[in-house]
Amino acid sequence: MGKGMVVIDVDRCKGCGLCVHVCPVGILALSPDTFNAKGYHPVIVTDMEKCTGCASCATICPDVVFTVYRKKRQPRAVPVPA
Amino acid sequence: MAKELLKGNVAFAEAAVRNGLQAYFGYPITPQSEALEHLSGRMLELDRVFLQAESEVAAINMVYGAACSGVRVMTSTSGPGFSLMTEGLSYIAGSEIPAVVINMMRGGPGLGNIQPSQADYFLMVKTAGHGDFHPIVLAPSSVQEIIDMVGLAFELAEKYRTLVYIAGDGAIGQMMESAELPPMQEVRQERPAWATTGAQGREPNLINSLYLGAKALEEVNLRLQKKLAEIKAHEIRWQEYETEDADLLLVAYGTVGRICTSVMREARKQGLKVGLLRPQTLWPFPEERIHELAGQVRGMLVTEMSAGQMLEDVERSAAGKCPVKFYGRMGGVVPMVDEILAEVQKLDEEVSR
Amino acid sequence: MTVAVKIPEDMELIYEYPEAMTTTYTHYCPGCPHGIVHRLVAEVIDELGIREKCIGVAPVGCSVMIYKYLNVDFVEAAHGRAPAMATGLKRTNPDKIVFTYQGDGDIAAIGIAEALHAANRGELISTVFINNAIYGMTGGQMAPTTLPGMVTTSTPFGRDVRLAGYPVPMSELLAQVEGAVYVTRQMATDLVSIRKTKKAIKRAFMVQLAGLGYSSVEVLSSCSTNWNMGPWEALEWVKEKMIPYFPLGTFKMTDEVKALKVK
Repeated sequence: MGKGMVVIDVDRCKGCGLCVHVCPVGILALSPDTFNAKGYHPVIVTDMEKCTGCASCATICPDVVFTVYRKKRQPRAVPVPA
Repeated sequence: MAKELLKGNVAFAEAAVRNGLQAYFGYPITPQSEALEHLSGRMLELDRVFLQAESEVAAINMVYGAACSGVRVMTSTSGPGFSLMTEGLSYIAGSEIPAVVINMMRGGPGLGNIQPSQADYFLMVKTAGHGDFHPIVLAPSSVQEIIDMVGLAFELAEKYRTLVYIAGDGAIGQMMESAELPPMQEVRQERPAWATTGAQGREPNLINSLYLGAKALEEVNLRLQKKLAEIKAHEIRWQEYETEDADLLLVAYGTVGRICTSVMREARKQGLKVGLLRPQTLWPFPEERIHELAGQVRGMLVTEMSAGQMLEDVERSAAGKCPVKFYGRMGGVVPMVDEILAEVQKLDEEVSR
Repeated sequence: MTVAVKIPEDMELIYEYPEAMTTTYTHYCPGCPHGIVHRLVAEVIDELGIREKCIGVAPVGCSVMIYKYLNVDFVEAAHGRAPAMATGLKRTNPDKIVFTYQGDGDIAAIGIAEALHAANRGELISTVFINNAIYGMTGGQMAPTTLPGMVTTSTPFGRDVRLAGYPVPMSELLAQVEGAVYVTRQMATDLVSIRKTKKAIKRAFMVQLAGLGYSSVEVLSSCSTNWNMGPWEALEWVKEKMIPYFPLGTFKMTDEVKALKVK
């Protein structure tokens, strides 16, 4: 599992492809051979391992298709000032 | 409360205040501006909402907005302003929310003049906006009656969630006479459950007149028609004067209705058995009673300050059972007693032949 | 349809469906920024914790059914009259948050009087104004903000300014009146501009919460259907063609508005 992951609400998707354009790691694509209930080619994740959980897809999506998760940051050791 | 000398426009405005008016939005137009002026001070003194809008279009939509929040709200205007309001009125009707609109009619068409008129009958009763709806239309004939009708208007508007208009005219607005105002009523604090006041602890409310499906909109219309039928069954109001033995009937409303009481008395002095029916609701219209009387009298004379608008409803109600004649003055001319009396005499001769 | 996915324990939720949005599918065309801006409004409402205090006023135009998508009280205005309706609502509900959501035809053509006067009175309402230079719902006719030369279904030879005048600079006009305290033009075309738009909407709502005056956020937007372009191409077109006529920026921001801390 990579740094992040997205969950896609497939039937909300209208296949507009805006998320495909903005994904910085290029792991989103419109499904070439499947349709959702509305008849669109919905977005799919081609390589979830590469997801950084940046939420770019959720930011531009007009149909609130994405729920985004990211690995919790490990609390860093804070240096104690001398 | 004691009687006091009151100008019609001020009287109905103050009556609204005392009936718990919470918000008023309006635009100045003669011959009703004194109402707006009165409210501009009174409403603010009482910490209620008053706003002089940028147009009647804006004013009626402010009324619409305030009505959506479930407060007692009204506006007042005269013909040209009423024309501008018809857009908003149709939306209010479609949304089924209560609001009161007072039209102190003036001479038209166009800019016309600022003299009293009854030429907005069609506009208010028949065509006050696109789509199938009827407002309740009240027609006062004196300063006292417009005071009383303001209270009734709010009551009916809220009872049926409907539009109520008061069809006054410039004469009632401008004249001063002695009348009694109602006692000051508490302003209602709670808002109805349907109002849009923020969805606190409940599902969101929607006030809307958009129904894209034909079936859905037809259902809305059927419900609306059912309500209108209910109103028709319960809210027809009129006054009759000496109709028991009448064989001639005057039918007139508002200022002209009042003038016709004098016509009737004069006619009776001359031995003519004249009665008067004065509709107090123009919609719903006292059609059954007029139909009944049409079977009793030899003829009817409808008098209006118009080219004959209510006339059509009287003719429809009489349904050919007796001759219906008309006498009207236009352009702001108020018909005098002797003019109308002459018409009564003419009618008598015609139906005696 | 959401496939049940097991979320690993070391993952945290970064973005989820806003509470102020209903789960109803929108009727908008694929890629229509109305969906983005609806979501931004919902996110702002959630972040400010005002969902139960909000009353929205829906316009006439493509976003006429916004009331189906936001989970707040709504009324439906006649075309262009949203600011007048909002005035009536706000004056009788001074402790509530009242906002209008309007398109370019609604605010800059048929409703320009109501909009300017509401702004001039400093009505404590907020306006989100979507400018996509076209009438979408009625089938792509000329809008008051249609660009010179732009072909629409009612300017088949391109908008001729000698016949049809110039694009109406609505935000610039609103900024002129004293009662407007925050007037800005943003766009919703890419990640950065969308974040900025959200911040602007949040500021506008905060202006109202603080009782400072009228606030308006214009959002340059696209209409891929009526512009005959793909959704992404349409967003590029906004940047390339619309900005020269509708420069981004904040045209009015009083010191009090500036002092608001918008997170």
